[in-house]
Amino acid sequence: MKHINTISGRSLKSTIAKGGCGECQTSCQSACKTSCTVGNQKCER
Amino acid sequence: MNMHMFQMNGKNIVLDVNSGAVHVVDEIVWDIIKLYEDKSLELIIDDLKNKYDESDIVEAYKEIQTLVDNELLFTKEEELDINYNPQNIVKALCLHVAHDCNLKCEYCFASQGDFKGQRLLMPLEVGKRALEFLVENSGNRKNLEVDFFGGEPLMNFDVVKKLVEYGRELEKKYNKRFRFTITTNGILLNDDNMKFINENMDNVVLSLDGRKEVNDRMRKTLNGNGSFDIIVPKFLKLVKLRGDKTYYVRGTFTSYNLDFSKDVLKLHEMGFDSISVEPVVASPENDYAILEEHLETILNEYEKLSSKYIELKKAGKGFEFFHFMIDLNQGPCLIKRVVGCGAGVEYMAVTPEGDLYPCHQFVGDEEFKMGDIFTGVTNEKLREKFKRANVLTKSECKECWARFYCSGGCHANAYNFNKDITKPYKIGCEMEKKRIECAISIVANGC
Repeated sequence: MKHINTISGRSLKSTIAKGGCGECQTSCQSACKTSCTVGNQKCER
Repeated sequence: MNMHMFQMNGKNIVLDVNSGAVHVVDEIVWDIIKLYEDKSLELIIDDLKNKYDESDIVEAYKEIQTLVDNELLFTKEEELDINYNPQNIVKALCLHVAHDCNLKCEYCFASQGDFKGQRLLMPLEVGKRALEFLVENSGNRKNLEVDFFGGEPLMNFDVVKKLVEYGRELEKKYNKRFRFTITTNGILLNDDNMKFINENMDNVVLSLDGRKEVNDRMRKTLNGNGSFDIIVPKFLKLVKLRGDKTYYVRGTFTSYNLDFSKDVLKLHEMGFDSISVEPVVASPENDYAILEEHLETILNEYEKLSSKYIELKKAGKGFEFFHFMIDLNQGPCLIKRVVGCGAGVEYMAVTPEGDLYPCHQFVGDEEFKMGDIFTGVTNEKLREKFKRANVLTKSECKECWARFYCSGGCHANAYNFNKDITKPYKIGCEMEKKRIECAISIVANGC
């Protein structure tokens, strides 16, 4: 595309099928301890 | 809100909220998108023909249409029916191994370490039982997390060591994997415990606020002196010995250092490359609390930091700032993004006596006691309340573009400010939104 650069074409919807396994890190155990930040956590799959 | 458009660090960025797609667009697409839902192509051409050639408008419009057809732009919200954790699995514990501290930080949410109760160390037997409770309640989850927290956990380090050893036994017996982490103020660090920490902890969080004067104003020793000169050499040594293993130097900023980007950069300059500096959690009556009137300064500060962050990364001198980290392609699934941090459901805090609370921030507030590790969760009503508090049920989150990134924010912040875990803490929301924008703009700049 000439006008648009898609830097993430991920479809969140598609993560529902295999998602929710619950294996990923609890966000507050990473660094924050005071401010919930889930979007920067890693998926375990 | 299904779309979020913002301009930062030289980029026009369009976030399609429901798909999670992110696009960097030129000026013509930026202008067309603003009109796209309300006007036909003919009317858009009419509106923009004085600014752009008609052929360019048509070309850009077609590109937008392609994305819409592929559900990457103007994507409608899916009906989500999430039955969160019906088996009541618990997979992470914050273990308060010491309700005591050897610093008296002014802003401490734990009331200088004792959480408004007695100064206590967790007995080994309580710690062991906590690990057993975790294994028993973990269902089919393989990865279990235990954070050694306080107060100051190094004040009870023998118990920490024995609990790690016990955890390794349980891992083998039950086919689990414990990820141990520790959060420390560094005062008691020495060669022995550094070695143990580096060998056994998946992550270590080192508390340090940044510039010496900023750190020492809040993080004081028991006799009132600053802690900076004691802890910095120890932290540097630990990090050097740690190699590639994960750690964070974690600071807190308050109304006293609204220019906190200087603290982040100072930490980097000192030799740390994995940094988190976060806003203080404090009621408005405290002098150091973050208030609405500070917000504009703070948001500008985040943006300023993001520009510097890009500059340093591009110069090969980059570092990681926790709140600017975002993985747009491999991040958490939608379900995780909806349910949030898991406090009070899959994540709980354990006091030295063995009492269970939804998370470390609620410890000491009797109203939030969930049960204990000997009999399990007895306050089912409370667990249900936490289970239901998510971005689909919180009215303010439903319409917010950032809902799948902050996941409803921190329950404790919501409760501290609004006495209701379902009513998000507004100042926190504004800061989080800015941090997400900064993080995306950093990716958009190829960093």
